[in-house]
Amino acid sequence: MRLTRTLQVAAAAALLLAATACGSSDSGGDAATGLNPPDIKAPTKLGKTEGAVNLIAWAGYVEDGSNDPKVDWVSDFEKQTGCQVNPKVAASSDEMVKLMKTGEYDAVSASGDASLRLIASGDAAPVNTDLVPNYKDVFPDLKMQAWNSVKGKAYGIPHGRGANLLMYNTQKVTPAPTSWAAVFDDAARYKGHVTAYDSPIYIADAALYLKATKPELGIKDPYALDQKQFDAAVALLKKQNADVGEYWGDYLKEVSAFKSGDSVVGTTWQVIANLATDEGAKVKAFVPEEGSTGWSDTWMVSAKAKHPNCAYKWLDWIVSPKVNAQVAEYFGEAPANAKACDMTSDKSFCTTYHAGDTAYWKNVAFWNTPIEQCLDGRTDVKCVPYAKWVQAWTEIKG
Amino acid sequence: MTVVAQTAGRRPEGVVRRLAGFLHRRPRLRLALLLTAPLLWLAVLYLGSLTVLFVSAFWTTNSFTSEVVKVWSTDNFQALFTTPVYRQVILRSVGVALAVTALCAVIAFPVAFYTARVARPRWRPLLVVAILTPLWASYLVKVYAWRLILSQGGLADWMLEPFGIGGPGFGLPAAVLTLTYLWLPYMILPVHTALGQLPAHLLDASADLGARPGRTFRSVVVPMVLPSLAAGSIFTFSLSLGDYITVQIVGGKTQLIGNLVYSNIELNLPMAAALGTVPVVVIVLYLLAMRRTGALSSL
Repeated sequence: MRLTRTLQVAAAAALLLAATACGSSDSGGDAATGLNPPDIKAPTKLGKTEGAVNLIAWAGYVEDGSNDPKVDWVSDFEKQTGCQVNPKVAASSDEMVKLMKTGEYDAVSASGDASLRLIASGDAAPVNTDLVPNYKDVFPDLKMQAWNSVKGKAYGIPHGRGANLLMYNTQKVTPAPTSWAAVFDDAARYKGHVTAYDSPIYIADAALYLKATKPELGIKDPYALDQKQFDAAVALLKKQNADVGEYWGDYLKEVSAFKSGDSVVGTTWQVIANLATDEGAKVKAFVPEEGSTGWSDTWMVSAKAKHPNCAYKWLDWIVSPKVNAQVAEYFGEAPANAKACDMTSDKSFCTTYHAGDTAYWKNVAFWNTPIEQCLDGRTDVKCVPYAKWVQAWTEIKG
Repeated sequence: MTVVAQTAGRRPEGVVRRLAGFLHRRPRLRLALLLTAPLLWLAVLYLGSLTVLFVSAFWTTNSFTSEVVKVWSTDNFQALFTTPVYRQVILRSVGVALAVTALCAVIAFPVAFYTARVARPRWRPLLVVAILTPLWASYLVKVYAWRLILSQGGLADWMLEPFGIGGPGFGLPAAVLTLTYLWLPYMILPVHTALGQLPAHLLDASADLGARPGRTFRSVVVPMVLPSLAAGSIFTFSLSLGDYITVQIVGGKTQLIGNLVYSNIELNLPMAAALGTVPVVVIVLYLLAMRRTGALSSL
């Protein structure tokens, strides 16, 4: 018995040693706490393609026909460039950040709540947009934005965008709402049937509403909240929680909840509204008078890319008119390339999704990563960083 | 002479035989060789992963890049005990596990009594199979079926409508109900076995001594079945405590410990580890409590 006990102790000790030894090797992340990204040079010209490219993407962005034989824009790319595409689907922005840190991937389709983190930590390299010919056709209001550029340097190619809309059941919610008040101040009218997006970034939706209704708080950017503004948004969401029936993270769950009537009013995406309508739900989705939050995805190149030439070829391919139209229609978002609107199979697609509607997008505050240095330019206060948003979100749900 | 010649001629067997003799004289070494592999498995994979979980709970993360910073600190455990929301969620999770266990026990007893003692003997195996059939279906399918049953205008609403009340809708009661359905077979089986093994002459003796059925139940049946109820409760309690998918699907906005671990795993791994130690500790305490009832020996 003594022998076995010694063995056990030895094994446990060896394991601990291994765990701590692995840990001490990576400690580079601490340097990047502000937005002073490490000086990484973008390539000035492209070389020969490397024969492969490793991509991290949202589901539905890199389709090679294996999910649906009719949905395939990867095979042609492989034939034309000789770059074998190895896609890795990530389920969340946080997973994307984690995967990029491994250095095994060449490019990523990052949303605004991941892109700044990748830039700041030096995992994403600046992109020379001259090497992406199709970049010139990208809508101008998508170029050089806060989530895809830093200090005048582009860090990626816009892929597409969408707004978080207010959806309501036209039979049960009367009169038709015009404002986000339907899910905040007036939420009690639909107690137990209000829904909200299950992510810390939803705090920005409350901030956006407060920006319009409580001007004394002085909110300029819903992603740059000082402690007082942040507390007000959290308090509003805690009040809303009493009337929420369920939060949705999985978009199919929201479709089913609106179909059955378990949810009658709440935040949504265009693709969800379309699916619910197709399945017979009596719903309408729109941008309320206060404007709304939204997402804008960016293809970024890794600073440690082993196949940079193939990665640039992919960036150009995914925003080329035809492919951009295909991916936007498949996913349900507005394409980034203006010429894509002529290529969609549904000719009214770009109108439905407001692709070129500059006024529409002016009212949309695209997802961004909240950091301590206020994104709206204030220097006299510290803003609440994303980690605190995550903690607050747990407390809001209670 | 002949023995020597034989062993020389068949050398391999000689080695084996000598080894066997060697081991025969040293029982401890024999035991060690027999147990090393499984014990290594237990120590490295099972206890090792628990140790890593516990140790990583003492680390912190970089608030911006979410990278794990390997600096020793007790902040996570401090947050666990001082933040009201964590306390609330922990209490709620334990409450759900206890409620599911109690409901399972109350439902399982009459069912097991029927399958083990009332039904005709040749039907009994079939009934046990019927109880086990839900376990053959996928967990997700069953939970989504409950989502349909409990949704607005679903089966629950339709059945309760004549009585002037609606179904429970999505929320904590729905989660308890669904978990009870999921784990019920794990409670019925041990109780069924215990009731099946209950000697009939004890019941006869009780009746002969003038006890009515109620008295027999309280003084004879319950004490003899209690350990297996406790054994079944170990399954229902620990399975409910760790669940986070059911509550996501039918629990409305409810959060349990599992949901907190899940929401922290990407951004704050050390906090997720700290939260993950809570159910481990609760279940160890529960097992210690159950050991006193003798449940562990009737598993």
